[in-house]
Amino acid sequence: MKTFKIGGIHPPENKISGNKEIKKLPLPEQVVIPLSQSLGSPSTPLVKKGDMVKVGTLIAESSGFISAYVHSSVSGKVAKIDKIIDSGGYGKDAVFIDVIGDEWEENIDLSETLVEECNLTSDEIISKIEKSGIVGLGGAAFPTNVKLMSGKDKVDTLIINGTECEPYLTDDHSLMLEKGAELLVGIRILMKALNVQNALVGIENNKKDAIKHLEVLSRKYPSIKIIPLKVKYPQGGEKQLIDALTNRQVPGGKLPADVGVVVQNIGTVFAVYEAVQKNKPLVTRIVTVTGKRLKDPMDVWVRIGTPVKQLIEFAGGVPDGTRKIIAGGPMMGKAIVNTDVPITKGMSGILLMSETESMRKTSRVCIRCGQCANVCPLKLIPSSLMTFVDFEEWSKAEKFNITDCLECGSCSYTCPSNRPLLDYIRAGKGKVNQIIRNRK
Amino acid sequence: METKLIISPSPHIHSGDSIEKKMYGVLIALIPAFIVSLVFFGLGALVVTLVSVFSCVLFEYLIQRFLLKEKTSISDGSAVITGVLLAFNLPSNLPIWIIIIGALVAIGIGKLTFGGLGRNIFNPALVGRVFLLISFPAQMTVWPEPGFFPMTYLDATTGATTLNMIGNHFGTIPDYTSLLLGKMRGSLGEVSAVALLLGFIFMLLRKIIQWYIPVFILLTVFLFTGIMNWINPAEYASPVIHLLSGGLLLGAVFMATDYVTSPVTKGGMIIYAVGIGIITSVIRLWGAYPEGVSFAILIMNAVTPLLNNYVKPERYGIRK
Amino acid sequence: MNTILLSVIILGGIGFLGVLILYFASKKFEVYEDSRIIQIQNILPAANCGACGFPGCSGFAAATVKSSSLDGLHCPVGGNAVMTRIAETLGQNVSQVMQQIAVVRCNGSCENRRRINKYDGEKTCFIASGLYGGETPCSFGCLGYGDCTKVCSFDAIRMNDETRLPEIDEEKCTACGKCIKACPKLLIELRKQGPKSRRIYVSCVNKDKPAVAMKACKVSCISCKKCEKVCSFEAIIIENNLAYIDDNKCRLCRKCVSECPNYAIKELNFPIKKEKVENI
Repeated sequence: MKTFKIGGIHPPENKISGNKEIKKLPLPEQVVIPLSQSLGSPSTPLVKKGDMVKVGTLIAESSGFISAYVHSSVSGKVAKIDKIIDSGGYGKDAVFIDVIGDEWEENIDLSETLVEECNLTSDEIISKIEKSGIVGLGGAAFPTNVKLMSGKDKVDTLIINGTECEPYLTDDHSLMLEKGAELLVGIRILMKALNVQNALVGIENNKKDAIKHLEVLSRKYPSIKIIPLKVKYPQGGEKQLIDALTNRQVPGGKLPADVGVVVQNIGTVFAVYEAVQKNKPLVTRIVTVTGKRLKDPMDVWVRIGTPVKQLIEFAGGVPDGTRKIIAGGPMMGKAIVNTDVPITKGMSGILLMSETESMRKTSRVCIRCGQCANVCPLKLIPSSLMTFVDFEEWSKAEKFNITDCLECGSCSYTCPSNRPLLDYIRAGKGKVNQIIRNRK
Repeated sequence: METKLIISPSPHIHSGDSIEKKMYGVLIALIPAFIVSLVFFGLGALVVTLVSVFSCVLFEYLIQRFLLKEKTSISDGSAVITGVLLAFNLPSNLPIWIIIIGALVAIGIGKLTFGGLGRNIFNPALVGRVFLLISFPAQMTVWPEPGFFPMTYLDATTGATTLNMIGNHFGTIPDYTSLLLGKMRGSLGEVSAVALLLGFIFMLLRKIIQWYIPVFILLTVFLFTGIMNWINPAEYASPVIHLLSGGLLLGAVFMATDYVTSPVTKGGMIIYAVGIGIITSVIRLWGAYPEGVSFAILIMNAVTPLLNNYVKPERYGIRK
Repeated sequence: MNTILLSVIILGGIGFLGVLILYFASKKFEVYEDSRIIQIQNILPAANCGACGFPGCSGFAAATVKSSSLDGLHCPVGGNAVMTRIAETLGQNVSQVMQQIAVVRCNGSCENRRRINKYDGEKTCFIASGLYGGETPCSFGCLGYGDCTKVCSFDAIRMNDETRLPEIDEEKCTACGKCIKACPKLLIELRKQGPKSRRIYVSCVNKDKPAVAMKACKVSCISCKKCEKVCSFEAIIIENNLAYIDDNKCRLCRKCVSECPNYAIKELNFPIKKEKVENI
């Protein structure tokens, strides 16, 4: 079975929320829609206090090359535009909307019928994706249209990431089981947008039912291949997935498009289907809410901007002894500062952890076992990089390719001395990138 | 009062691996070799091992507690390993007082003067062993005759090692079965190839070590001595005998792979291993000492920081 | 006899050959160094702190000799006294620079600022600030992991374990500016030392709206503008919800200090007696 060749780990999967129907979260009383939900510059608000909006109304427009449109996820009245504490504790501008009813913009097709035909041209599709505010739903939240433009007419293969290599998360799995037919339409739309004849869907082998389901559905389309992959983290990393499926390796500092590939997350594919075929902008997303002690772990459709609190209540409330709440998976997710933080486009899961699960052990001296270098999927030497950052030897860190790090956390996960390798490397990577930018 | 939520950078989970797990894994891997040494050297092997382990742990505790005044780290198992490895490199009839001096040098000078586990440059057990070899050459180069659970210690009958014999062209070399099982004269832990290989396989399966270092050391020695044997079979012994005798396997599997004193990257490991192989062969074939593994490892230990600094893997995705 | 002669000749010959090689090598590879560099190096404090922007004191010495004027070159550790001596040595003029001292513009001690989260990552400000705003509701204030104390070469800045804020030892601070670069929150500022070391400054950098800042910390600047109004010298500017006292205009009248409703303006080294009289 295929997989990537360098490094990798296999943390316990803990996919406890799977194999259930995807539920719909009831409408909250107020949503808070941050203006910076994607990578790049924050969007410019188009509404003001007191404005009435419907579901799907554009409330903020893209303000630069890498920036995204933002739509209202509920109908109601704009309460204010103010700062909201984001998951990191910093104040960020956001639009507060009081919910009144549930009225959608007229052109949005809310029916469940599958629309297969798509007669738009490549440029029309990409522009529609941009206008719908779609960003990568796997976590990085990079604007999808920018990625498509970078690869259009240049690449030969579209890769769909259905690996879901993060432990605990099951939202992609559920989506593949429930919306298989829509996903295949979405893949074909993306192929048309990119003008490619090949699509590979990589799915880790712990989701056998999803692989089977999509294989059966895709028989009609010989250009789409479903490929099972050996379970290994971080298979969902772009470079790792490309390596696993096509044997091509993206060199440091280059983009997947440079080796003829564009990677899209499976969640993004569904958003693309809805945007192009149903005129529905990105106002909902599927979120896994899970945790070993949570009463009812599950996957839920959530309106963007709903407070995390509401989602946890729906799944049975915060269990006693919960000390850490993570937006995303346990390997790359971010621990949030409080539960008033709104769900954003890039949040794929909410994971609750007790103190014993979440507290780090004291770090000890490096015994140079080399395990971190052995598991690093990008051939880095984390132990050396940590030392360079600690001593602020930026030029050495650069020479040892610190900027290639994808922050998968395999090094910290595996270190027998519990050293916070990634903490240092992440901080150092930011610093080195800044130095490189200043040089130009 | 509401409990404060914990915030921390990712990753939020850990494999649960620890220094202790690794160290005790190595100890388990050493068990087969210890059993073999008990069979062939009996009481002597037991006394030497126990004294060595006990004094290593005790010296680590005493020095850390009273001299350095820091938290003691004897529970992490690294001192125990040093003790066992030191004992494995000694003849089983060595007097107790010499073993204690060896342990003091190993722990005191080899390990703690550099700052303890993780900071030492040289393999502590080898530092102790080489110190004893140079200071007490008479006691360190007589080797008890293997028996079957012999109850002798200081009074054992002695003779020369296989390498000594092939180096100086005298005596009868043991047959291959004896070489494999370890029924020959030598340091108490180094004799049995089978037991050491069992330990090696165990450590590979448990992912305690990677295979590069041992395999490349053995390969280098095999090729080097093989070529010399091919050129002049009368002067140089066959490479198989070189592989199976002396401390080569013990050194390659357990001493050269010591985390702290071996390189971190694959490239570094291979250079380090080939270096050890060449130095060992050169000392064995032309040096004054019949055996050279200890010196080879110590010399390459000194090169390790350099290898860590200069041998880095090629950047991801860039192929030559 | 012959043996002795021979060994003397051989050894002497080797010695002589060595002398010749050394002599020519030293001639051939001689590096010319301005003798004034050594002179100036001897004047400099030899702290090698790098505060002047050059790698160590020798680098600074070389730079002073090389450049035609001393403008822009300053040794903050040695101060005016040292710079004057350097100028004398080089026969140049140097303008007097006002002696400065570092101040920490955050007073969010554990008492003033409640902790709402527990940070469990690596405890350095550099790493913590990359992902999180800190353990408190104020994302502008001091993180308390002491990166500033680690870079100080003079032991002039230390963490107070009770308040978890850094404190500056005025006797030792040389205004080298290293801590300023180390602080990711840009809390530390160099200010004029002032007569008798008396200084007044706003001990807060929170740029949140007043209501948010008020909730975050008991001693935050809430940009109420009272200080701006009371100041007779237009020394106080309010920008981005934050007051700032210009130390070039401030005359140390202390009116603003008592006016601030949130005790965000700090005064240092003023006699306490007088204040008591005012309070009564």
